Amino acid sequence: MRWRPIAVVLGFGLFIGAYGAVLAQGDGKMAKYFVGDLRTGYTFATPETQAIQDDDFANPAFLWVDYAVELWEDPSGDAGKACSDCHGAAEDTMKGVGARYPVYNAELGKPINLEQRINKCRVDNMQAKAWKYESRELLGMTAYVKSQSRGMPVQVQIDGPMAPFYEKGKAFYFQRRGQLDMACANCHEGNAGNMIRANLLSQGQSNGFPLYRLKWQKLGSLHRRFRGCNKQVRAAPYGYGSDEYVNLELFVANRGMGLPVETPGVRM
Amino acid sequence: MRHLRPLSVTLTALAMSLGLLLGAGAQAEELVKYQIVGGESIDKSLTGQPGDPVNGRKLAINRKLGNCLACHVLPIPEQAFHGNVGPDLSEAGGNLSEGEIRLRVVDSKVLNPDTIMPAFYRNDGFERVMKKFQGKTMLSAQQVEDVVAYIMTLKGN
Ligand code: HEC
Ligand code: HEC
Ligand code: HEC
Repeated sequence: MRWRPIAVVLGFGLFIGAYGAVLAQGDGKMAKYFVGDLRTGYTFATPETQAIQDDDFANPAFLWVDYAVELWEDPSGDAGKACSDCHGAAEDTMKGVGARYPVYNAELGKPINLEQRINKCRVDNMQAKAWKYESRELLGMTAYVKSQSRGMPVQVQIDGPMAPFYEKGKAFYFQRRGQLDMACANCHEGNAGNMIRANLLSQGQSNGFPLYRLKWQKLGSLHRRFRGCNKQVRAAPYGYGSDEYVNLELFVANRGMGLPVETPGVRM
Repeated sequence: MRHLRPLSVTLTALAMSLGLLLGAGAQAEELVKYQIVGGESIDKSLTGQPGDPVNGRKLAINRKLGNCLACHVLPIPEQAFHGNVGPDLSEAGGNLSEGEIRLRVVDSKVLNPDTIMPAFYRNDGFERVMKKFQGKTMLSAQQVEDVVAYIMTLKGN
């Protein structure tokens, strides 16, 4: 196992430097994280947090990814197959895949996200049990597959059969909810760059997920983040993998169209 | 979706005692009725009692109650983090009348339907509120008065 200086990094300047990072728009290594008016959560992170993401050996998310590298080769389920039996080397066959999810699934007649696609392979193609949301397996495999698209632009389909689902996701995004009566847009459109108490609000982009949050001390899915953002306005969250969140995921991905996939990102 | 507010109903002794009771943290259902004057201010105290500015300051800090610091800068130096989503309130007590501040705390959306500022004294018309907060206001009527009294003390230098 590689050594990862998690504790060192954690104690070090969690809040320091947040403002400097915001100002450093467009210079050198930061440039790729800005696309037109879009900017990823990375650009709002402190230099210390950015440094963890920049270094795969320091990034604790790779504990999960490394595990998924093993799982990729492990036969599992009644069919006795491993992912690699059908998909070969992930570096080749999974390149660009994560950047275009959620995708339309004709069999189900609705969009599915990457977690659901992986579980479809587990159930349909391997005759294995679906992995649970937020399990080490599903988080790790999702991050592993999506990281094969690192640096590639997010590009989802929203027309054709996806159109009605995109519209639902959009309506969700602008719907005020909870006792605090706030929509996603209130915080992430109108106030990106502002402080909400100790938190610097970003544009709420999804291109780094699953990502490692220092607060969680864990890799977490986008739906976990959605649940947290719902709960902090005292709104009842939806379930992991719910249609509502997959539609929202589609809208959020398209909103960040063209941003580079950062998975696995690191955030505070 | 906006709904009608009981504009012209005056405070009755019943509503008052009810309000005080609910403020104690019981299942809030019935709110104290209030009158919005000229669409701009709520002139009368919700409880008929004056607010306590010392408690109001505590409420402005408390993350589970007022949490005004989430969005506003206030002269509260012992707290490290003040948000800047809303305007600096360090002189709000000099710029606005007590009634204008009360309306903003009770329900800012009467003045600006697009605002991000929550209504601290409203308990319906919301979408998908978590069960434990359903039918409840963020602040009790007396807590609103306390916060208003605190903001009124802020006159700058
Ligand atoms: C028995 C063969 C088989 C196994 C084993 C298998 N898959 Fe698949 N997988 C497929 C097929 C076939 C498709 C294409 C299905 C389709 O397009 O409907 C697919 C599609 C996918 C996709 C979507 C690719 C895209 O372009 O959208 C992902 C991601 C994926 N598999 C991941 C996995 C993972 C991870 C595992 C191991 C946990 C796995 N698969 C195991 C056969 C398999
Ligand atoms: C009260 C303000 C608020 C609301 C409303 C809100 N969020 Fe957030 N959100 C935050 C904060 C604070 C963070 C952490 C800092 C940041 O990245 O903005 C965050 C982070 C995120 C992130 C992670 C961004 C990253 O790069 O790590 C996503 C995605 C997100 N929010 C989506 C949403 C969605 C979708 C909604 C609506 C369901 C929503 N948020 C509603 C405050 C809010
Ligand atoms: C989620 C952010 C948020 C929170 C929390 C919040 N406010 Fe506000 N507040 C605002 C914004 C934004 C404005 C600007 C006016 C508007 O949007 O309509 C504002 C305006 C005001 C004003 C009018 C200031 C002026 O100069 O016109 C007062 C007074 C005020 N808020 C008091 C409070 C008090 C007291 C609390 C806590 C009980 C509080 N606010 C909590 C966002 C917030």
